Amino acid sequence: MSAYYSVLKLRLLNGMQYRAAALAGVATQFFWGFMYIMIFEAFYEYSPYTPPISLKELITYIWLQQSFLAFVMLWFRDNELFTLITSGNIAYELCRPCEIYGFWYAKLLAGRLSSALLRSFPILIVAFFLPEPYSMTLPPNVVTGILFLLALLLGLLLLVAISMYIYISVFYTMSPIGSTLMIGVLGEFFAGLIIPIPFMPDWLQSIAYMLPFRLTADFPFRVYSGHIPQNEALNGILVQLVWLVGLVWLGRIALNKALRRVVVQGG
Amino acid sequence: MIKLEGISKSYKIARRASGLRQAAKALFYREHTIIPALNDISFSIEPGEIVGYIGPNGAGKSTTIKVMSGILVPDSGNCTIMGFNPWRDRVQYVKNIGVVFGQRSQLWWDVPVIDSFLLLRDIYKVPQKEYENNLELLVGALELQDILNSPVRQLSLGQRMRCEIAASLLHNPKILFLDEPTIGLDAVSKIAVRQFIKKINQERGVTVILTTHDMSDIEALAERVILIGKGKLLYDGKLKELRSRFGTEKTITVDYHENNYPFQIPDTTLLSWSPVRAVISVDTEVVLTSKVITQLSSKVDLIDVAIESRPIEEIIVQLYKEYQI
Repeated sequence: MSAYYSVLKLRLLNGMQYRAAALAGVATQFFWGFMYIMIFEAFYEYSPYTPPISLKELITYIWLQQSFLAFVMLWFRDNELFTLITSGNIAYELCRPCEIYGFWYAKLLAGRLSSALLRSFPILIVAFFLPEPYSMTLPPNVVTGILFLLALLLGLLLLVAISMYIYISVFYTMSPIGSTLMIGVLGEFFAGLIIPIPFMPDWLQSIAYMLPFRLTADFPFRVYSGHIPQNEALNGILVQLVWLVGLVWLGRIALNKALRRVVVQGG
Repeated sequence: MIKLEGISKSYKIARRASGLRQAAKALFYREHTIIPALNDISFSIEPGEIVGYIGPNGAGKSTTIKVMSGILVPDSGNCTIMGFNPWRDRVQYVKNIGVVFGQRSQLWWDVPVIDSFLLLRDIYKVPQKEYENNLELLVGALELQDILNSPVRQLSLGQRMRCEIAASLLHNPKILFLDEPTIGLDAVSKIAVRQFIKKINQERGVTVILTTHDMSDIEALAERVILIGKGKLLYDGKLKELRSRFGTEKTITVDYHENNYPFQIPDTTLLSWSPVRAVISVDTEVVLTSKVITQLSSKVDLIDVAIESRPIEEIIVQLYKEYQI
Protein backbone atom coordinates (compact mmCIF):
# COMPACT_ATOMS: atom_id res chain seq x y z
CA MET A 1 0.00 0.00 0.00
CA SER A 2 2.73 2.43 0.95
CA ALA A 3 4.31 2.16 -2.50
CA TYR A 4 1.09 3.26 -4.17
CA TYR A 5 0.74 6.03 -1.64
CA SER A 6 4.27 7.26 -2.42
CA VAL A 7 3.61 7.26 -6.13
CA LEU A 8 0.52 9.29 -5.45
CA LYS A 9 2.46 11.72 -3.32
CA LEU A 10 5.31 12.18 -5.76
CA ARG A 11 2.91 12.63 -8.64
CA LEU A 12 1.03 15.24 -6.62
CA LEU A 13 4.24 17.12 -5.86
CA ASN A 14 5.23 16.86 -9.49
CA GLY A 15 1.88 18.14 -10.75
CA MET A 16 1.77 20.98 -8.31
CA GLN A 17 4.94 22.46 -9.77
CA TYR A 18 3.00 23.78 -12.72
CA ARG A 19 1.26 26.78 -11.25
CA ALA A 20 0.99 28.78 -14.46
CA ALA A 21 -0.75 25.88 -16.17
CA ALA A 22 -3.22 25.70 -13.30
CA LEU A 23 -3.93 29.41 -13.51
CA ALA A 24 -4.50 29.22 -17.24
CA GLY A 25 -6.75 26.22 -16.66
CA VAL A 26 -8.87 28.11 -14.18
CA ALA A 27 -9.31 31.00 -16.62
CA THR A 28 -10.26 28.65 -19.44
CA GLN A 29 -12.81 26.85 -17.32
CA PHE A 30 -14.47 30.12 -16.37
CA PHE A 31 -14.71 31.06 -20.00
CA TRP A 32 -16.35 27.75 -20.90
CA GLY A 33 -18.58 27.84 -17.86
CA PHE A 34 -19.98 31.26 -18.72
CA MET A 35 -20.38 30.34 -22.34
CA TYR A 36 -22.38 27.22 -21.56
CA ILE A 37 -24.54 28.99 -19.02
CA MET A 38 -25.34 31.81 -21.45
CA ILE A 39 -26.25 29.37 -24.19
CA PHE A 40 -28.56 27.47 -21.89
CA GLU A 41 -30.00 30.70 -20.50
CA ALA A 42 -31.09 31.76 -23.97
CA PHE A 43 -32.39 28.30 -24.64
CA TYR A 44 -34.44 28.28 -21.42
CA GLU A 45 -35.92 31.71 -22.08
CA TYR A 46 -37.32 30.83 -25.46
CA SER A 47 -38.17 27.19 -24.91
CA PRO A 48 -41.84 26.35 -25.43
CA TYR A 49 -41.53 23.25 -23.24
CA THR A 50 -40.67 22.88 -19.58
CA PRO A 51 -37.03 21.77 -19.53
CA PRO A 52 -36.29 18.49 -17.71
CA ILE A 53 -33.92 20.22 -15.31
CA SER A 54 -34.21 23.68 -13.75
CA LEU A 55 -31.80 26.45 -14.77
CA LYS A 56 -30.48 26.69 -11.22
CA GLU A 57 -29.71 22.96 -11.18
CA LEU A 58 -28.13 23.23 -14.58
CA ILE A 59 -25.85 26.11 -13.57
CA THR A 60 -24.63 24.12 -10.60
CA TYR A 61 -24.15 21.17 -12.92
CA ILE A 62 -22.00 23.24 -15.26
CA TRP A 63 -19.81 24.75 -12.54
CA LEU A 64 -19.24 21.34 -11.04
CA GLN A 65 -18.34 20.05 -14.46
CA GLN A 66 -15.88 22.88 -15.03
CA SER A 67 -14.23 22.68 -11.63
CA PHE A 68 -13.90 18.90 -11.57
CA LEU A 69 -12.79 18.74 -15.17
CA ALA A 70 -9.75 16.68 -14.22
CA PHE A 71 -12.08 14.15 -12.58
CA VAL A 72 -14.41 13.68 -15.51
CA MET A 73 -12.54 14.18 -18.78
CA LEU A 74 -11.27 11.13 -20.59
CA TRP A 75 -8.94 13.10 -22.83
CA PHE A 76 -7.03 14.15 -19.74
CA ARG A 77 -4.08 11.87 -20.13
CA ASP A 78 -0.74 10.99 -18.63
CA ASN A 79 1.76 11.31 -21.43
CA GLU A 80 4.44 9.81 -19.28
CA LEU A 81 2.75 6.44 -19.36
CA PHE A 82 2.39 6.63 -23.14
CA THR A 83 6.08 7.38 -23.52
CA LEU A 84 6.90 4.55 -21.16
CA ILE A 85 5.18 2.14 -23.50
CA THR A 86 6.27 3.55 -26.84
CA SER A 87 9.89 4.30 -25.89
CA GLY A 88 10.51 1.07 -24.03
CA ASN A 89 11.14 2.64 -20.65
CA ILE A 90 8.51 0.24 -19.41
CA ALA A 91 11.49 -2.05 -18.86
CA TYR A 92 12.18 -0.29 -15.58
CA GLU A 93 8.52 -0.33 -14.65
CA LEU A 94 8.56 -4.09 -15.00
CA CYS A 95 11.48 -4.56 -12.65
CA ARG A 96 9.54 -3.13 -9.75
CA PRO A 97 7.95 -5.49 -7.28
CA CYS A 98 4.51 -4.07 -7.99
CA GLU A 99 1.50 -5.14 -9.91
CA ILE A 100 1.62 -2.79 -12.91
CA TYR A 101 -2.14 -2.24 -12.93
CA GLY A 102 -2.19 -0.94 -9.39
CA PHE A 103 0.97 1.05 -9.94
CA TRP A 104 -0.38 2.83 -12.98
CA TYR A 105 -3.80 3.23 -11.43
CA ALA A 106 -2.14 5.11 -8.59
CA LYS A 107 -0.19 7.26 -11.05
CA LEU A 108 -3.27 8.13 -13.08
CA LEU A 109 -5.34 8.85 -10.02
CA ALA A 110 -2.63 11.09 -8.64
CA GLY A 111 -2.32 12.95 -11.93
CA ARG A 112 -6.00 13.79 -11.83
CA LEU A 113 -5.99 14.64 -8.15
CA SER A 114 -3.05 17.01 -8.43
CA SER A 115 -4.58 18.73 -11.39
CA ALA A 116 -7.97 19.06 -9.69
CA LEU A 117 -6.47 20.28 -6.44
CA LEU A 118 -5.10 23.42 -8.04
CA ARG A 119 -8.09 24.04 -10.28
CA SER A 120 -11.30 22.92 -8.67
CA PHE A 121 -11.18 24.87 -5.44
CA PRO A 122 -10.52 28.29 -6.96
CA ILE A 123 -13.31 27.73 -9.48
CA LEU A 124 -15.77 26.46 -6.87
CA ILE A 125 -15.07 29.28 -4.45
CA VAL A 126 -15.44 31.99 -7.06
CA ALA A 127 -18.53 30.31 -8.51
CA PHE A 128 -20.33 30.63 -5.16
CA PHE A 129 -19.81 34.39 -5.11
CA LEU A 130 -20.82 35.12 -8.68
CA PRO A 131 -23.81 37.44 -9.23
CA GLU A 132 -27.20 35.88 -9.94
CA PRO A 133 -28.12 33.94 -12.00
CA TYR A 134 -24.59 32.62 -12.49
CA SER A 135 -23.81 31.70 -8.94
CA MET A 136 -23.57 28.15 -7.67
CA THR A 137 -25.70 26.87 -4.83
CA LEU A 138 -24.97 24.52 -1.95
CA PRO A 139 -26.54 21.06 -2.03
CA PRO A 140 -30.08 21.06 -0.54
CA ASN A 141 -28.99 19.18 2.60
CA VAL A 142 -26.05 17.48 4.30
CA VAL A 143 -27.01 13.93 3.29
CA THR A 144 -27.12 14.97 -0.35
CA GLY A 145 -23.71 16.56 0.09
CA ILE A 146 -22.28 13.33 1.49
CA LEU A 147 -23.90 11.28 -1.24
CA PHE A 148 -22.42 13.65 -3.82
CA LEU A 149 -18.92 13.30 -2.40
CA LEU A 150 -19.26 9.54 -2.42
CA ALA A 151 -20.59 9.51 -5.97
CA LEU A 152 -17.90 11.92 -7.16
CA LEU A 153 -15.14 9.83 -5.61
CA LEU A 154 -16.45 6.57 -7.01
CA GLY A 155 -16.95 8.33 -10.33
CA LEU A 156 -13.29 9.32 -10.32
CA LEU A 157 -12.19 5.77 -9.53
CA LEU A 158 -14.44 4.50 -12.29
CA LEU A 159 -13.08 7.02 -14.78
CA VAL A 160 -9.49 6.01 -14.05
CA ALA A 161 -10.50 2.37 -14.59
CA ILE A 162 -12.03 3.31 -17.95
CA SER A 163 -9.04 5.41 -18.99
CA MET A 164 -6.75 2.48 -18.22
CA TYR A 165 -8.11 0.79 -21.34
CA ILE A 166 -6.68 3.62 -23.44
CA TYR A 167 -3.24 2.85 -22.03
CA ILE A 168 -3.66 -0.87 -22.57
CA SER A 169 -4.60 -0.27 -26.20
CA VAL A 170 -1.33 1.58 -26.79
CA PHE A 171 0.53 -1.70 -26.29
CA TYR A 172 -1.07 -2.80 -29.54
CA THR A 173 -1.35 0.43 -31.53
CA MET A 174 1.84 2.17 -30.35
CA SER A 175 0.07 5.51 -30.65
CA PRO A 176 -2.31 7.01 -28.13
CA ILE A 177 -4.06 9.37 -30.55
CA GLY A 178 -6.69 7.03 -31.96
CA SER A 179 -7.87 5.43 -28.77
CA THR A 180 -7.86 8.66 -26.80
CA LEU A 181 -9.97 10.28 -29.47
CA MET A 182 -12.44 7.43 -29.81
CA ILE A 183 -12.92 6.61 -26.15
CA GLY A 184 -12.70 10.31 -25.34
CA VAL A 185 -15.40 11.50 -27.72
CA LEU A 186 -17.79 8.62 -27.05
CA GLY A 187 -17.17 8.69 -23.34
CA GLU A 188 -17.65 12.41 -22.96
CA PHE A 189 -20.84 12.40 -24.95
CA PHE A 190 -22.36 9.59 -22.92
CA ALA A 191 -21.11 11.13 -19.70
CA GLY A 192 -23.29 14.14 -20.38
CA LEU A 193 -20.39 16.53 -20.74
CA ILE A 194 -21.50 17.90 -24.08
CA ILE A 195 -25.21 18.05 -23.38
CA PRO A 196 -26.51 16.99 -19.99
CA ILE A 197 -28.21 13.61 -20.19
CA PRO A 198 -31.72 14.83 -19.23
CA PHE A 199 -31.75 16.83 -22.49
CA MET A 200 -31.14 13.81 -24.66
CA PRO A 201 -34.00 12.10 -26.49
CA ASP A 202 -35.38 9.09 -24.68
CA TRP A 203 -33.74 6.46 -26.86
CA LEU A 204 -30.34 8.07 -26.43
CA GLN A 205 -30.90 8.40 -22.70
CA SER A 206 -31.56 4.69 -22.42
CA ILE A 207 -28.25 3.98 -24.17
CA ALA A 208 -26.45 6.41 -21.88
CA TYR A 209 -27.96 4.75 -18.83
CA MET A 210 -26.66 1.39 -19.95
CA LEU A 211 -23.07 2.61 -20.26
CA PRO A 212 -20.74 3.38 -17.36
CA PHE A 213 -19.68 6.83 -18.61
CA ARG A 214 -22.57 8.81 -17.12
CA LEU A 215 -21.71 7.47 -13.68
CA THR A 216 -18.47 9.45 -13.75
CA ALA A 217 -19.94 12.91 -14.32
CA ASP A 218 -23.65 13.30 -14.96
CA PHE A 219 -24.63 11.15 -12.00
CA PRO A 220 -22.63 12.84 -9.22
CA PHE A 221 -23.44 16.33 -10.51
CA ARG A 222 -27.15 15.66 -10.52
CA VAL A 223 -26.94 14.08 -7.07
CA TYR A 224 -25.43 17.36 -5.87
CA SER A 225 -28.23 19.53 -7.12
CA GLY A 226 -30.83 17.13 -5.80
CA HIS A 227 -32.13 16.40 -9.30
CA ILE A 228 -31.52 12.74 -8.51
CA PRO A 229 -33.33 11.95 -5.24
CA GLN A 230 -31.46 10.33 -2.38
CA ASN A 231 -32.75 6.77 -2.66
CA GLU A 232 -32.00 6.77 -6.38
CA ALA A 233 -28.55 8.14 -5.60
CA LEU A 234 -27.85 5.23 -3.27
CA ASN A 235 -28.87 2.87 -6.02
CA GLY A 236 -26.58 4.63 -8.45
CA ILE A 237 -23.68 4.34 -6.04
CA LEU A 238 -24.21 0.59 -5.94
CA VAL A 239 -24.21 0.49 -9.73
CA GLN A 240 -20.97 2.51 -9.70
CA LEU A 241 -19.40 -0.06 -7.41
CA VAL A 242 -20.43 -2.96 -9.61
CA TRP A 243 -19.00 -1.25 -12.71
CA LEU A 244 -15.81 -0.36 -10.87
CA VAL A 245 -15.18 -3.93 -9.74
CA GLY A 246 -15.99 -5.31 -13.18
CA LEU A 247 -13.83 -2.84 -15.12
CA VAL A 248 -10.84 -3.17 -12.82
CA TRP A 249 -11.07 -6.95 -12.96
CA LEU A 250 -11.21 -7.00 -16.76
CA GLY A 251 -8.57 -4.30 -17.05
CA ARG A 252 -6.11 -6.29 -15.00
CA ILE A 253 -6.61 -9.34 -17.15
CA ALA A 254 -6.18 -7.27 -20.32
CA LEU A 255 -3.06 -5.53 -19.04
CA ASN A 256 -1.42 -8.75 -17.93
CA LYS A 257 -2.13 -10.22 -21.31
CA ALA A 258 -0.60 -7.19 -23.02
CA LEU A 259 2.45 -7.40 -20.77
CA ARG A 260 3.10 -11.01 -21.64
CA ARG A 261 3.58 -10.06 -25.24
CA VAL A 262 5.32 -6.81 -24.49
CA VAL A 263 8.14 -5.82 -26.74
CA VAL A 264 10.57 -3.43 -25.14
CA GLN A 265 10.97 -0.84 -27.84
CA GLY A 266 14.38 0.49 -28.75
CA GLY A 267 16.86 -2.16 -27.63
CA MET B 1 21.93 -19.21 -8.57
CA ILE B 2 21.14 -18.37 -12.16
CA LYS B 3 20.30 -21.10 -14.60
CA LEU B 4 19.21 -20.65 -18.20
CA GLU B 5 18.27 -23.63 -20.30
CA GLY B 6 17.62 -23.42 -24.00
CA ILE B 7 16.22 -19.88 -23.97
CA SER B 8 15.03 -18.74 -27.40
CA LYS B 9 13.31 -15.53 -28.30
CA SER B 10 12.46 -14.02 -31.65
CA TYR B 11 10.98 -10.70 -32.67
CA LYS B 12 8.55 -10.06 -35.45
CA ILE B 13 9.60 -7.01 -37.37
CA ALA B 14 7.64 -5.15 -40.02
CA ARG B 15 9.96 -4.10 -42.80
CA ARG B 16 9.66 -1.88 -45.76
CA ALA B 17 12.02 -0.18 -48.14
CA SER B 18 12.31 3.58 -48.07
CA GLY B 19 10.22 5.90 -50.18
CA LEU B 20 6.63 6.99 -50.54
CA ARG B 21 5.60 4.20 -52.87
CA GLN B 22 6.80 1.54 -50.51
CA ALA B 23 5.11 3.28 -47.60
CA ALA B 24 1.83 3.33 -49.53
CA LYS B 25 2.23 -0.32 -50.38
CA ALA B 26 2.82 -1.11 -46.73
CA LEU B 27 -0.62 0.29 -45.93
CA PHE B 28 -2.15 -2.74 -47.59
CA TYR B 29 0.44 -5.39 -47.24
CA ARG B 30 3.12 -5.55 -44.66
CA GLU B 31 6.06 -7.84 -44.81
CA HIS B 32 7.16 -9.32 -41.58
CA THR B 33 10.42 -10.97 -40.83
CA ILE B 34 11.07 -13.06 -37.80
CA ILE B 35 14.38 -12.12 -36.27
CA PRO B 36 15.74 -14.71 -33.90
CA ALA B 37 17.21 -12.65 -31.09
CA LEU B 38 18.21 -15.56 -28.90
CA ASN B 39 18.79 -19.09 -30.04
CA ASP B 40 19.04 -21.86 -27.49
CA ILE B 41 21.03 -20.00 -24.85
CA SER B 42 22.07 -21.97 -21.79
CA PHE B 43 24.45 -21.11 -19.00
CA SER B 44 24.56 -21.01 -15.26
CA ILE B 45 26.11 -18.54 -12.87
CA GLU B 46 27.14 -19.15 -9.28
CA PRO B 47 26.53 -16.72 -6.42
CA GLY B 48 29.21 -14.05 -6.07
CA GLU B 49 30.45 -14.21 -9.64
CA ILE B 50 31.01 -11.21 -11.86
CA VAL B 51 30.28 -12.20 -15.41
CA GLY B 52 31.00 -10.06 -18.45
CA TYR B 53 28.42 -10.61 -21.13
CA ILE B 54 29.84 -9.48 -24.44
CA GLY B 55 29.00 -9.52 -28.11
CA PRO B 56 28.68 -7.13 -31.05
CA ASN B 57 25.72 -4.80 -31.55
CA GLY B 58 22.46 -6.64 -31.93
CA ALA B 59 23.85 -9.91 -30.61
CA GLY B 60 21.10 -10.38 -28.04
CA LYS B 61 22.83 -9.17 -24.90
CA SER B 62 20.09 -6.82 -23.79
CA THR B 63 17.42 -9.34 -24.68
CA THR B 64 19.05 -11.89 -22.38
CA ILE B 65 19.22 -9.33 -19.59
CA LYS B 66 15.54 -8.55 -20.10
CA VAL B 67 14.59 -12.21 -20.00
CA MET B 68 16.63 -12.69 -16.85
CA SER B 69 15.05 -9.69 -15.18
CA GLY B 70 11.52 -10.85 -15.88
CA ILE B 71 10.66 -8.18 -18.44
CA LEU B 72 10.45 -10.31 -21.55
CA VAL B 73 8.85 -13.69 -21.86
CA PRO B 74 10.98 -15.99 -24.04
CA ASP B 75 9.41 -18.15 -26.74
CA SER B 76 10.83 -21.31 -25.27
CA GLY B 77 13.30 -22.49 -22.70
CA ASN B 78 13.57 -22.43 -18.99
CA CYS B 79 15.09 -19.99 -16.57
CA THR B 80 15.44 -20.31 -12.82
CA ILE B 81 17.02 -17.57 -10.77
CA MET B 82 17.17 -17.94 -7.00
CA GLY B 83 14.39 -20.46 -7.29
CA PHE B 84 12.09 -18.11 -9.16
CA ASN B 85 10.92 -18.10 -12.72
CA PRO B 86 11.60 -14.47 -13.64
CA TRP B 87 8.54 -13.80 -15.76
CA ARG B 88 6.04 -16.00 -13.96
CA ASP B 89 6.99 -14.95 -10.43
CA ARG B 90 7.93 -11.45 -11.53
CA VAL B 91 6.59 -9.46 -8.58
CA GLN B 92 8.16 -11.76 -5.98
CA TYR B 93 11.38 -12.16 -7.90
CA VAL B 94 12.31 -8.60 -8.81
CA LYS B 95 12.66 -7.59 -5.16
CA ASN B 96 15.94 -9.47 -5.21
CA ILE B 97 17.51 -7.93 -8.26
CA GLY B 98 18.77 -4.56 -9.33
CA VAL B 99 18.86 -3.56 -12.98
CA VAL B 100 20.58 -0.69 -14.75
CA PHE B 101 19.75 -0.05 -18.38
CA GLY B 102 22.42 2.36 -19.51
CA GLN B 103 20.29 3.89 -22.21
CA ARG B 104 17.13 4.35 -20.18
CA SER B 105 16.14 6.31 -17.15
CA GLN B 106 14.32 5.24 -14.05
CA LEU B 107 14.49 8.61 -12.33
CA TRP B 108 11.60 11.04 -12.43
CA TRP B 109 12.57 13.70 -14.89
CA ASP B 110 11.12 16.77 -13.22
CA VAL B 111 11.83 16.21 -9.55
CA PRO B 112 15.09 16.15 -7.57
CA VAL B 113 16.99 12.86 -7.58
CA ILE B 114 16.37 12.33 -3.88
CA ASP B 115 12.59 12.23 -4.46
CA SER B 116 13.03 9.36 -6.88
CA PHE B 117 15.16 7.58 -4.32
CA LEU B 118 12.51 8.02 -1.65
CA LEU B 119 9.91 6.60 -3.98
CA LEU B 120 12.10 3.58 -4.67
CA ARG B 121 12.57 3.13 -0.95
CA ASP B 122 8.81 2.84 -0.57
CA ILE B 123 8.31 0.67 -3.64
CA TYR B 124 10.87 -1.83 -2.42
CA LYS B 125 9.81 -1.38 1.21
CA VAL B 126 13.39 -0.77 2.35
CA PRO B 127 13.50 -0.16 6.12
CA GLN B 128 14.49 3.43 6.92
CA LYS B 129 17.70 2.44 8.71
CA GLU B 130 18.88 0.25 5.87
CA TYR B 131 17.94 2.92 3.35
CA GLU B 132 19.98 5.54 5.16
CA ASN B 133 23.01 3.27 5.35
CA ASN B 134 22.78 2.38 1.69
CA LEU B 135 22.27 5.96 0.65
CA GLU B 136 25.29 7.07 2.63
CA LEU B 137 27.42 4.38 1.07
CA LEU B 138 26.21 5.13 -2.44
CA VAL B 139 26.50 8.89 -2.10
CA GLY B 140 30.06 8.51 -0.87
CA ALA B 141 31.20 6.00 -3.43
CA LEU B 142 29.53 7.57 -6.46
CA GLU B 143 30.05 11.16 -5.35
CA LEU B 144 26.45 12.22 -5.47
CA GLN B 145 26.33 14.74 -2.64
CA ASP B 146 26.21 17.79 -4.90
CA ILE B 147 23.63 16.48 -7.33
CA LEU B 148 21.17 14.76 -5.03
CA ASN B 149 18.91 17.79 -4.79
CA SER B 150 18.96 18.82 -8.45
CA PRO B 151 16.12 17.94 -10.79
CA VAL B 152 17.11 15.08 -13.08
CA ARG B 153 16.57 17.10 -16.23
CA GLN B 154 19.41 19.39 -15.24
CA LEU B 155 21.99 16.64 -14.79
CA SER B 156 24.60 15.70 -17.34
CA LEU B 157 24.56 12.19 -18.78
CA GLY B 158 27.41 11.03 -16.55
CA GLN B 159 25.87 12.51 -13.42
CA ARG B 160 22.57 10.90 -14.26
CA MET B 161 24.20 7.53 -14.87
CA ARG B 162 25.77 7.58 -11.43
CA CYS B 163 22.36 8.34 -9.93
CA GLU B 164 20.79 5.54 -11.98
CA ILE B 165 23.31 3.06 -10.63
CA ALA B 166 22.67 4.25 -7.10
CA ALA B 167 18.92 3.95 -7.66
CA SER B 168 19.28 0.32 -8.65
CA LEU B 169 21.18 -0.54 -5.49
CA LEU B 170 19.09 1.13 -2.82
CA HIS B 171 17.24 -2.06 -1.96
CA ASN B 172 20.31 -4.28 -1.49
CA PRO B 173 19.76 -6.55 -4.47
CA LYS B 174 21.44 -9.94 -4.47
CA ILE B 175 21.87 -9.93 -8.20
CA LEU B 176 22.79 -6.90 -10.25
CA PHE B 177 22.18 -6.74 -13.98
CA LEU B 178 24.11 -3.96 -15.65
CA ASP B 179 23.28 -3.28 -19.28
CA GLU B 180 26.00 -0.91 -20.47
CA PRO B 181 26.39 0.92 -17.19
CA THR B 182 29.37 3.06 -18.15
CA ILE B 183 27.84 4.92 -21.10
CA GLY B 184 28.68 8.59 -20.86
CA LEU B 185 30.88 8.38 -17.81
CA ASP B 186 34.14 10.30 -17.61
CA ALA B 187 37.34 8.49 -16.62
CA VAL B 188 37.01 9.36 -12.94
CA SER B 189 33.40 8.26 -12.65
CA LYS B 190 34.11 5.12 -14.61
CA ILE B 191 36.75 4.08 -12.14
CA ALA B 192 34.52 5.04 -9.21
CA VAL B 193 31.71 2.91 -10.62
CA ARG B 194 33.99 -0.05 -11.24
CA GLN B 195 35.48 0.12 -7.78
CA PHE B 196 32.04 0.31 -6.31
CA ILE B 197 30.82 -2.73 -8.24
CA LYS B 198 33.86 -4.63 -7.09
CA LYS B 199 33.29 -3.55 -3.54
CA ILE B 200 29.67 -4.67 -3.31
CA ASN B 201 30.64 -7.91 -5.00
CA GLN B 202 33.32 -8.61 -2.43
CA GLU B 203 31.64 -7.26 0.67
CA ARG B 204 28.06 -8.24 0.08
CA GLY B 205 28.55 -11.11 -2.32
CA VAL B 206 26.36 -9.50 -4.97
CA THR B 207 26.33 -11.46 -8.20
CA VAL B 208 26.93 -9.15 -11.14
CA ILE B 209 26.14 -9.66 -14.80
CA LEU B 210 27.48 -6.89 -16.95
CA THR B 211 27.18 -6.11 -20.64
CA THR B 212 29.38 -3.48 -22.13
CA HIS B 213 31.31 -2.52 -25.21
CA ASP B 214 34.08 -1.06 -23.15
CA MET B 215 36.50 -3.93 -22.75
CA SER B 216 38.37 -2.17 -20.00
CA ASP B 217 35.22 -2.56 -17.88
CA ILE B 218 35.34 -6.28 -18.47
CA GLU B 219 39.05 -6.44 -17.78
CA ALA B 220 38.71 -4.51 -14.56
CA LEU B 221 35.75 -6.48 -13.26
CA ALA B 222 34.99 -9.82 -14.78
CA GLU B 223 36.86 -13.05 -14.40
CA ARG B 224 34.43 -14.90 -16.53
CA VAL B 225 33.08 -13.82 -19.90
CA ILE B 226 30.20 -15.11 -21.95
CA LEU B 227 30.37 -14.27 -25.63
CA ILE B 228 27.21 -14.18 -27.68
CA GLY B 229 26.77 -13.44 -31.37
CA LYS B 230 23.67 -13.51 -33.55
CA GLY B 231 21.73 -14.98 -30.67
CA LYS B 232 24.06 -17.92 -30.16
CA LEU B 233 26.31 -18.62 -27.24
CA LEU B 234 29.86 -18.77 -28.56
CA TYR B 235 32.20 -18.78 -25.63
CA ASP B 236 31.75 -19.20 -21.92
CA GLY B 237 34.84 -19.31 -19.76
CA LYS B 238 37.59 -17.46 -18.00
CA LEU B 239 38.85 -14.20 -19.44
CA LYS B 240 42.38 -15.45 -18.76
CA GLU B 241 41.88 -18.48 -20.96
CA LEU B 242 40.56 -16.30 -23.70
CA ARG B 243 43.66 -14.22 -23.37
CA SER B 244 46.02 -17.17 -23.46
CA ARG B 245 44.17 -18.63 -26.40
CA PHE B 246 44.43 -15.56 -28.52
CA GLY B 247 46.78 -13.32 -26.66
CA THR B 248 50.12 -15.14 -26.68
CA GLU B 249 51.51 -12.50 -28.97
CA LYS B 250 53.29 -9.54 -27.51
CA THR B 251 54.50 -6.39 -29.14
CA ILE B 252 57.98 -5.07 -28.30
CA THR B 253 58.78 -1.49 -29.13
CA VAL B 254 62.49 -0.62 -28.92
CA ASP B 255 64.18 2.76 -29.15
CA TYR B 256 67.90 2.80 -29.83
CA HIS B 257 70.77 5.08 -30.88
CA GLU B 258 70.84 5.67 -34.58
CA ASN B 259 71.50 2.50 -36.50
CA ASN B 260 71.17 2.40 -40.26
CA TYR B 261 71.05 -1.35 -40.72
CA PRO B 262 67.72 -3.13 -40.46
CA PHE B 263 67.98 -6.26 -38.35
CA GLN B 264 66.05 -9.49 -38.11
CA ILE B 265 65.65 -11.61 -35.00
CA PRO B 266 64.76 -15.24 -35.56
CA ASP B 267 61.16 -16.39 -34.82
CA THR B 268 59.82 -12.84 -34.65
CA THR B 269 58.09 -10.51 -37.06
CA LEU B 270 59.37 -7.03 -37.64
CA LEU B 271 56.33 -4.82 -37.80
CA SER B 272 58.07 -1.55 -38.49
CA TRP B 273 61.59 -0.22 -38.57
CA SER B 274 63.29 3.14 -38.64
CA PRO B 275 66.89 4.15 -37.84
CA VAL B 276 65.86 4.93 -34.23
CA ARG B 277 62.89 2.67 -33.49
CA ALA B 278 61.58 -0.80 -34.29
CA VAL B 279 58.37 -2.63 -33.45
CA ILE B 280 58.56 -6.39 -33.20
CA SER B 281 55.82 -8.93 -32.76
CA VAL B 282 56.69 -11.98 -30.64
CA ASP B 283 54.70 -15.15 -30.13
CA THR B 284 55.56 -16.10 -26.56
CA GLU B 285 54.72 -19.72 -27.23
CA VAL B 286 57.50 -19.87 -29.84
CA VAL B 287 60.20 -17.73 -28.31
CA LEU B 288 60.70 -16.14 -24.89
CA THR B 289 60.56 -12.38 -24.64
CA SER B 290 63.74 -12.27 -22.59
CA LYS B 291 65.64 -14.05 -25.33
CA VAL B 292 64.45 -11.56 -27.90
CA ILE B 293 65.61 -8.68 -25.74
CA THR B 294 69.03 -10.28 -25.20
CA GLN B 295 69.43 -10.60 -28.93
CA LEU B 296 68.25 -7.06 -29.47
CA SER B 297 70.76 -5.62 -27.04
CA SER B 298 73.55 -7.39 -28.86
CA LYS B 299 72.49 -5.81 -32.15
CA VAL B 300 71.66 -2.22 -31.20
CA ASP B 301 72.39 0.29 -28.49
CA LEU B 302 69.11 0.18 -26.55
CA ILE B 303 67.54 3.31 -25.05
CA ASP B 304 64.07 2.10 -24.15
CA VAL B 305 62.06 -1.12 -24.38
CA ALA B 306 58.28 -1.37 -24.05
CA ILE B 307 56.48 -4.72 -24.00
CA GLU B 308 52.72 -4.83 -24.50
CA SER B 309 50.38 -7.73 -24.65
CA ARG B 310 47.64 -7.56 -27.22
CA PRO B 311 44.82 -5.34 -26.10
CA ILE B 312 41.68 -7.26 -25.21
CA GLU B 313 39.78 -5.27 -27.85
CA GLU B 314 41.85 -6.86 -30.56
CA ILE B 315 41.26 -10.30 -29.12
CA ILE B 316 37.56 -9.67 -29.18
CA VAL B 317 37.71 -8.42 -32.75
CA GLN B 318 39.55 -11.57 -33.72
CA LEU B 319 37.02 -13.68 -31.85
CA TYR B 320 34.17 -12.01 -33.69
CA LYS B 321 36.01 -12.69 -36.94
CA GLU B 322 36.64 -16.28 -36.06
CA TYR B 323 33.00 -16.91 -35.28
CA GLN B 324 31.97 -14.85 -38.29
CA ILE B 325 29.67 -12.57 -36.37
